[in-house]
Amino acid sequence: MKIRIRTFVVTSTLILMVAVMAFSLDTSKSKAPFVVMKRDSIASVAAFKKVYSVLMSPRCMNCHPAGDVPLQGDDSHLHAMLPKRGLEGKGKYAMKCANCHQPTNIAGLNKPPGHPNWHLPPADMKMVFQGKTANELAKQLLDPRTNGNKNMKQLIAHADDGLVKAGWNPGEGRTLPPLSHAAFKKAWIAWLSNGAYAPEAKK
Amino acid sequence: MIKLNINKKIYNLDADPEMPLLWVLRDVVGLIGTKYGCGVAQCGACVVHLDGEAVRSCVTKLSRAEGKKVITIEGLSENHTHPLQQAWLELDVSQCGYCQAGQIMSAAVLLNENKKPSDQDIDDAMAGNICRCGTYLRIREAIHLASEIQGKERS
Repeated sequence: MKIRIRTFVVTSTLILMVAVMAFSLDTSKSKAPFVVMKRDSIASVAAFKKVYSVLMSPRCMNCHPAGDVPLQGDDSHLHAMLPKRGLEGKGKYAMKCANCHQPTNIAGLNKPPGHPNWHLPPADMKMVFQGKTANELAKQLLDPRTNGNKNMKQLIAHADDGLVKAGWNPGEGRTLPPLSHAAFKKAWIAWLSNGAYAPEAKK
Repeated sequence: MIKLNINKKIYNLDADPEMPLLWVLRDVVGLIGTKYGCGVAQCGACVVHLDGEAVRSCVTKLSRAEGKKVITIEGLSENHTHPLQQAWLELDVSQCGYCQAGQIMSAAVLLNENKKPSDQDIDDAMAGNICRCGTYLRIREAIHLASEIQGKERS
């Protein structure tokens, strides 16, 4: 009888210890962040088509050229004077972006648009928009190896980046992107939060 | 009043912070070596150094220059002895001369960052400086010569 009681006590203690450990390891109440992502490929792709129309507009694409010379104007011609990207995307020698592009816009037609951080993507990650299909660009934007090392949270925040928003304040005489910034941001977040689907590649 | 450091000299200027630096240099301070060309940062005639960078003073507001070091063609060297100025005289680069202050100031940034530039480096650096007389080939040759002079002076 004593042995049975002792066995019961030992067994009960072990069960209790295991239960306490299991409870303490339960992560469901921890504050570790994770994203519950909806999966709606139709809504996601529809949103990306709106995003794509903005990214391929001159105000965005002109600084995401296929070559090492930025583009200029609503017809996206090569930038006058042919400034080069340089290693950091800030130009070279006497032809650095900030030599002409001031911290703010300046009054008057044909004056260089301004922003304190005017630059192209760097040479080691060119983040090209020009010539990309919607499928290619969506995939590029989602991959940290080709999107500037951004995770999902940083991608969402990028809609409010100062240089991104400068596209909607381009200086006199330049057209705006096809959507307002608010509509762009809404579509950007809808694309990402509905599963970040890339539109189907055209065959 | 805005305090400006131009060619290592301090000026206290009573001028609109929105005024283009070029106006300040020429009309307020009286340094007329820097030239007005296009007024929209397209030609390079107005290039001066702002903390060592070749900015276009026609679109640079006075407020941007506050607290920084401005160098104009008058302050590039004492007695016109910068290697570029020596090379320019040696090869008689200038024709009408109007763009040459901007050309030299841009070339000075190139030689500061690249002691022995290739033809491609020179083209990359000087592509924003227009010369209506077409002295481009002499400018390129003079930059190569200045590079040699600079190398000898430092050795």
